[in-house]
Amino acid sequence: MTLRIPTFLRATFAACALALASSPHAQLAIEITGAGANRMPVAIAAFEGENALPRAVTDVVRADLERSGIFKIVELGPSPMGAETPPDFGRIRSRGADAVAVGTVAPASAGRHQVQFRLFDAAKQVSLGAQAMVMSPNQYRTTGHRIADYIYEKLTGEPGVFSTRIAYVLKSGSRYELQIADADGSNAQTALASKEPIISPAWSPDGTRLAYVSFEAKKPVVYVHSLATGQRNVAANFKGSNSAPAWSPDGRRLAVVLTKDGQSQIYTVNADGSGVQRLASSSGIDTEPSWSTDGWIYFTSDRGGSPQIYRVPGSGGEAQRVSFEGSYNVSPRPSPDGKSLVYVSRNGGRFQVTLLDLASRQTQILTDSSKDESPSFAPNGRMVLYATEQGGRGVLAAVSSDGRVKQRLSVQSGDVREPAWGPQPRN
Amino acid sequence: MKYTRIALSLITIGLLAACSSSPKTDGQTGAAVEDRSSNSASSSGVDANRVVPVDANSGGQSSYPELKDPKSPLSKRSVLFDYDSYVIKDQYHSLIEAHAKFLTSHPNVKMLIQGNTDERGSREYNLALGQKRADAVKKALSLLGVSEGQLESVSLGEEKPSCSEASESCWSANRRGDMLYSGEF
Repeated sequence: MTLRIPTFLRATFAACALALASSPHAQLAIEITGAGANRMPVAIAAFEGENALPRAVTDVVRADLERSGIFKIVELGPSPMGAETPPDFGRIRSRGADAVAVGTVAPASAGRHQVQFRLFDAAKQVSLGAQAMVMSPNQYRTTGHRIADYIYEKLTGEPGVFSTRIAYVLKSGSRYELQIADADGSNAQTALASKEPIISPAWSPDGTRLAYVSFEAKKPVVYVHSLATGQRNVAANFKGSNSAPAWSPDGRRLAVVLTKDGQSQIYTVNADGSGVQRLASSSGIDTEPSWSTDGWIYFTSDRGGSPQIYRVPGSGGEAQRVSFEGSYNVSPRPSPDGKSLVYVSRNGGRFQVTLLDLASRQTQILTDSSKDESPSFAPNGRMVLYATEQGGRGVLAAVSSDGRVKQRLSVQSGDVREPAWGPQPRN
Repeated sequence: MKYTRIALSLITIGLLAACSSSPKTDGQTGAAVEDRSSNSASSSGVDANRVVPVDANSGGQSSYPELKDPKSPLSKRSVLFDYDSYVIKDQYHSLIEAHAKFLTSHPNVKMLIQGNTDERGSREYNLALGQKRADAVKKALSLLGVSEGQLESVSLGEEKPSCSEASESCWSANRRGDMLYSGEF
């Protein structure tokens, strides 16, 4: 007797395969729309032996550094420069580069490759450091991002964010997808697809889980979703609405907004949904909590008549008002060092990402768009990712915290919204 | 024959479960891709991981034809609000009364009230504003004697607009509270 797979089962397999593949038109394309004033000229030579890889790692490194808006890539041509031979500094200086990276890709065991590279100060002709890593050929992208992170940190003194990921919601027709992509928009993968809206994704501090609000039960419910396994659990599904999840810095608790006792108010709850506690009480709306690394919870409240930003200690206590200019300030996100805050302010009918220095109380509008939403900081605090609109479609954009460097991420069709920049990967 | 069909159904459920949770074990740091939407996985449209709530006390789907009869006020389910307002306008009082009367005379029937806003501003703040609209409808029904246990007010914020243009007429259509009965949500 032979076992035959019935047609409907084969159809099931096909449907699975279709559902799991992300279509090429859903790929985020990145475009640089503004750069820093004084970009540092750097050269990334082609690495010796990298043509054995599906794509050159140095293409990824150059694109990363260029996109940061801090560096200007100096072209050296196609001839490779290995990690072992000292580079021709005269030639590199004549092209105008202040720093140069050279490297070698060599076969290692089990079909893998070893990448060695070295970074030089081209003016002083001294080595700034070297690194070696082992990769499988299809990891050229991950490897390129790690090399770019190394170079970025050596030259700026701050960690790079090229190996981080972003989460966002793609709406195409009546389909919503929660997607995860590399910070450069590549490798988009769907973590959740639904016919009902998905909003407010929030990364756990270790980058393994996302909390978000899904309307699949015809009402807003907060879920926690493990990305590597696809397992998820309900974190808040009380009577009424459940929304606006934010992780505590230790990743154990979530601040959430519930209406189980009346108006929208902030509570904390364990990530598994147990141990709900009320954080604060007000006569108005309290929503959009966001935990800072120094223990404050920033949030939006209309207790004073218009939506403004307040903060309260994460353990509870008296709320303090933080924003004073204007009549609509919402969606606060503290910077990773806790020294500044981004939020969306309404300025004469335009909704714009605004930066507040918490010590000096100075504010700066960072964008020139008019429908900005959902800002979030890169883990090094250098860039702010947000959603905005262009030509009637939802796109993502990023702006440096000094307002100079600008990027746009969009898909060919569909709306992209609700971005959240993930934490540094823990290797 | 019957047993074969049950066996096949079980296989299908198993396959769908396998389809929707596929951990990647190749050492990549990428997120495992999964799909739990009810529209993607199977020809039958059933998601193996979804538990559909069934209310044993509810009246069921089509027990009350008056809820769908265009001539009955009970077929009208939307209350529109003014800009930045959470007050039910006088013109909706008779509609609210009709629904209150139906609910008080059918104590096993439940209602989900969904509040909505226009698209301007923060999604989460709009979710909180939509809740105020849903709560206003719920309060009006409660004052007319509907039991608390029959009512749930929730917000869809700006996420489910009935009209999607950026114009005042469209925005006003989106500032609304919708009443859904058991079996409709």
